[in-house]
Amino acid sequence: MPDKPKVAFYWCASCGGCEEAVVDLAEDILKVVEAVDIILWPVAMDFKKEDIEARPDKSIVASFINGAVRTSEQEEWVRLLRKKSQVVVSFGACANSGGIPALANQSRTEDIMKYVYEDSPSNDNPAKTRPLTECKDEGRTLTLPSMHGMVRSLDQVIDVEYYLPGCPPTPKLIMGAVQALLTGKLPPVGTVLSPNMALCEECKRKDSKPADLALTEFKRPHQVHIDPEKCLLAQGLVCMGPATRAGCEALCPGGNMPCTGCFGPTSRVKDQGAKFISSVFSNIAPKDEKGIDAVLDGIPDPVGTFYRYGLSKGLLRRKLN
Amino acid sequence: MTEKFEPRIVAFFCNWCTYTAADLAGVSRLKYAPNVSVIRVMCSGRVDPQFVLDAFARGADGVLLGGCHPGDCHYAEGNYKTLRRMRMLERLLKGMGIYDGRFRLEWISGAEGEKVKTVINEMTEKVRALGPLDLPGKTLEWDKELEELEAHVNKSAPKEEVVHAR
Repeated sequence: MPDKPKVAFYWCASCGGCEEAVVDLAEDILKVVEAVDIILWPVAMDFKKEDIEARPDKSIVASFINGAVRTSEQEEWVRLLRKKSQVVVSFGACANSGGIPALANQSRTEDIMKYVYEDSPSNDNPAKTRPLTECKDEGRTLTLPSMHGMVRSLDQVIDVEYYLPGCPPTPKLIMGAVQALLTGKLPPVGTVLSPNMALCEECKRKDSKPADLALTEFKRPHQVHIDPEKCLLAQGLVCMGPATRAGCEALCPGGNMPCTGCFGPTSRVKDQGAKFISSVFSNIAPKDEKGIDAVLDGIPDPVGTFYRYGLSKGLLRRKLN
Repeated sequence: MTEKFEPRIVAFFCNWCTYTAADLAGVSRLKYAPNVSVIRVMCSGRVDPQFVLDAFARGADGVLLGGCHPGDCHYAEGNYKTLRRMRMLERLLKGMGIYDGRFRLEWISGAEGEKVKTVINEMTEKVRALGPLDLPGKTLEWDKELEELEAHVNKSAPKEEVVHAR
């Protein structure tokens, strides 16, 4: 029997939702397993780092890596997989642009450690013990990975060939990527494997989006009885659709919830948050500073709202503190 | 930094008012701080907030945006769009630790050459007092931790060079 192509799955700073997305392929996963050998998948199967280290370089056809890079261990693993793989696919919002973990780029690592191990009200740690990267116990040296100073996207650490966007990527996009890999019909390196247009283009509510939004107020989803047909922005909800890449087929707006931007921007946008400000906030109604500020007060957390999945890849990358 | 800090300020001036005022300041032989690099745009409404972030990311210590007074926009509504966007952008910058003084929006009409001089001088002194922002330098500093581990990974597997770039 000829050798089947070898494929690896790995996770870094992530929630496990991207692994769930692979399982969401349902029966299609049988086709994948039939066509390839999975040689690494920590969430589902037992393989050791030594197994990967022992493989020849470039012997893995493709590594699908999800999650942001936060610790030295994650960095070591992705560097190893880069060395052993022909193609690396950055899988999901955290790998692509930092995702939810990248919101930690608003805090210093030291402040996070202090809060988690000392100040958090649920703690009982009078000795203020913190994890060490190295300690001695009964003559043995025990080690732990270290925390990096900031959360990075995968492509800020290693070269990446393709990107699958989403939190998590949809089964349809994953299957499309797998088939492209298996048939060798690959787009140019650096391609995001999702349509390069704004989400509004595939949203069923598009026709009800007014040319001038003339917003007088921003509301949060729980404060409004959401009309299931009408453009969510026109209803005063922060819907990231105009600054977000299509490909999910407008799942959230279809479920009566505004888009939060997990697919990241299109190729023509450098900074998703700034682009959203550009497109939507020019269209609020007031013309004077006081009136404008009153509308803006409806968005108490601009960084967390506009960069919910992408702070690592924003032009500023992190809060300066 | 051992040498004296000279702020680098990027200024986006609209063609119809503020750029004309800067020209007027020039022909009137008004002297102002040489720390500003002016970029002419057709309207302050052309300035995407991305331009401002990009200027900071590429090493600007301050960004100045000049447009026509409200009601005077050559394109009727452009400067209102600017005002709304930039009010939001200021909140975002604050959230990212770039505080008051590094970004400034001013309405300067074609007749206000004197105001160009005052605003540029004020802003240069303010940014000088704040000190360098130096995002490119900070980025290099932040990414040093990656080099450390790269060396470590290469040491443990010395056979071949790791294919790597950011």
